[in-house]
Amino acid sequence: MEFSIYDFTSFTKSLDKLLNENMSSFWATSIEMLLIGVGILAFYALVGLFLVYAERKVCAFIQNRVGPNRVGPYGIIQTIADLFKLLMKELIPIKNADKLLFNIAPFIVIIASFLAIAAIPFAKGLHAIDFNIGIFYVIAVSSMGVIGVLLAGWSSNNKYSLIGAMRSGAQIVSYELSVGLSLITMVIFAGSMQFSVIVEAQRDGWFLFRGHIPAIIAFVVYLIACTAETNRGPFDLAEAESELTAGYHVEYSGIKFAFFFLAEYMNMFIVASIAATVFLGGWMPLHVGGFSGFNHVMDFIPPFFWYIGKTFFIIFIMMLFKWTFPRLRIDQLLTLEWKYLLPINLVNVVLMALIVLNGWHF
Amino acid sequence: MGLIKYISGIFKGVWSLLQGMAVTSSYFVRPWTIVTQQYPENRKGNKRGRSKKKLEMFERFRGELVMPHSENNEHKCSACGICEMNCPNGTIEVISKMEVNEEGKKKRALDKYVYHLGMCTFCGLCVKACPSGAICFSQNFEHAVFNRAKLNKILNNEGSKLLKGVE
Repeated sequence: MEFSIYDFTSFTKSLDKLLNENMSSFWATSIEMLLIGVGILAFYALVGLFLVYAERKVCAFIQNRVGPNRVGPYGIIQTIADLFKLLMKELIPIKNADKLLFNIAPFIVIIASFLAIAAIPFAKGLHAIDFNIGIFYVIAVSSMGVIGVLLAGWSSNNKYSLIGAMRSGAQIVSYELSVGLSLITMVIFAGSMQFSVIVEAQRDGWFLFRGHIPAIIAFVVYLIACTAETNRGPFDLAEAESELTAGYHVEYSGIKFAFFFLAEYMNMFIVASIAATVFLGGWMPLHVGGFSGFNHVMDFIPPFFWYIGKTFFIIFIMMLFKWTFPRLRIDQLLTLEWKYLLPINLVNVVLMALIVLNGWHF
Repeated sequence: MGLIKYISGIFKGVWSLLQGMAVTSSYFVRPWTIVTQQYPENRKGNKRGRSKKKLEMFERFRGELVMPHSENNEHKCSACGICEMNCPNGTIEVISKMEVNEEGKKKRALDKYVYHLGMCTFCGLCVKACPSGAICFSQNFEHAVFNRAKLNKILNNEGSKLLKGVE
């Protein structure tokens, strides 16, 4: 069983072979699913904890503060301490709440983001499911989260959470359109919805550079729309602290609140990794067509680190959005989507189709 | 005309957003502009590099009431009791005694100047009202003690006298 940090394909293949030789295919598949599930779960928790810490540090530096710096060196254990605090807190039962919906809502939110992470390629061969409709699958699955948000707001029997959930619903449903259309622009360029094909197509240059003008427009639109879709940044009216106290999760406490909190950060991670995969080449190192020496040097950095670096670059941009811009009003939010992003996107799709048909790209 | 306005509006909007992001990201890459002081470390002017600046409270800060003494252990308090009357909380108790001075006259003098820190709201009326400038606020702000009785302080030193010339 050979193991290479540059290519996981042979490693996963030999693992599969080993399992299939020793047991029936049912058990082999079950163990594989279990391994991947546990692996993704551990990754999920780690990334969630790190993102909360990163967000607090980034916002502190932007606002000329220090941020968490007491628990552990530079405060790195702060989020773990916060997690333990949340785990030990009492789960407060709500009188007159819809018990069933109230209890399953956090799980729906977290399952939606968990399903989406399965289709993301982390490195060469490190890819749970490689659908031929990967992008379509991710868009479909990640929009399921809004059901959990709406259920949480509705079942809490609280006017603040209901208003927050309704705002969130309106926002996610309308911005879903822009996310989909900007990804469709790139699907036209790539000619495929399969993530592995899209990444492989960026071997000689990332789509952001190869697709030039329409790709850059799609990238900007995607960044704005996915920030809105994850209820973050200037688009956080769904949980506007100053108006709605916390929005749809105002009645949740303890670990159920932590689920919403974690899902919000993981959704950010997922949209950032899709952006990194579709626009910035995913795990593919920075290659410039023709410069083989330069490409060779870039290949020495393992693909996983390329993927993580690009994803965290996008996440940093989203954090910069959040801590720079003031919150939009609900009518401004819908104006931005329906009067600006959607028309720009539709024109952009036509532009991209023209460029692909005429071969005006690199 | 409408279309030109629409498109130029988009570019203007994007430009102003980029300006805002330039400001925040310039702060992000300049950690030395951090204004937060880190309290326990900066008490003595820390060496570990976190915050090299020593903590110094500004002059008008009202930390606690003190009575300055000269090097000959002399204060300026004539025990008139105006500060005691001006204090809204009964924080100050001026205990006086009668003394015979060189000319053989009986005169009131300060015995104990009791200051109950636990009752003080740091309004500063006593310092404003004092006719001879005998009391002032110091910059010390670390008042935590384990016993409430320790908050009752006597401000005049043992065996201190009234400064000559203060009536």
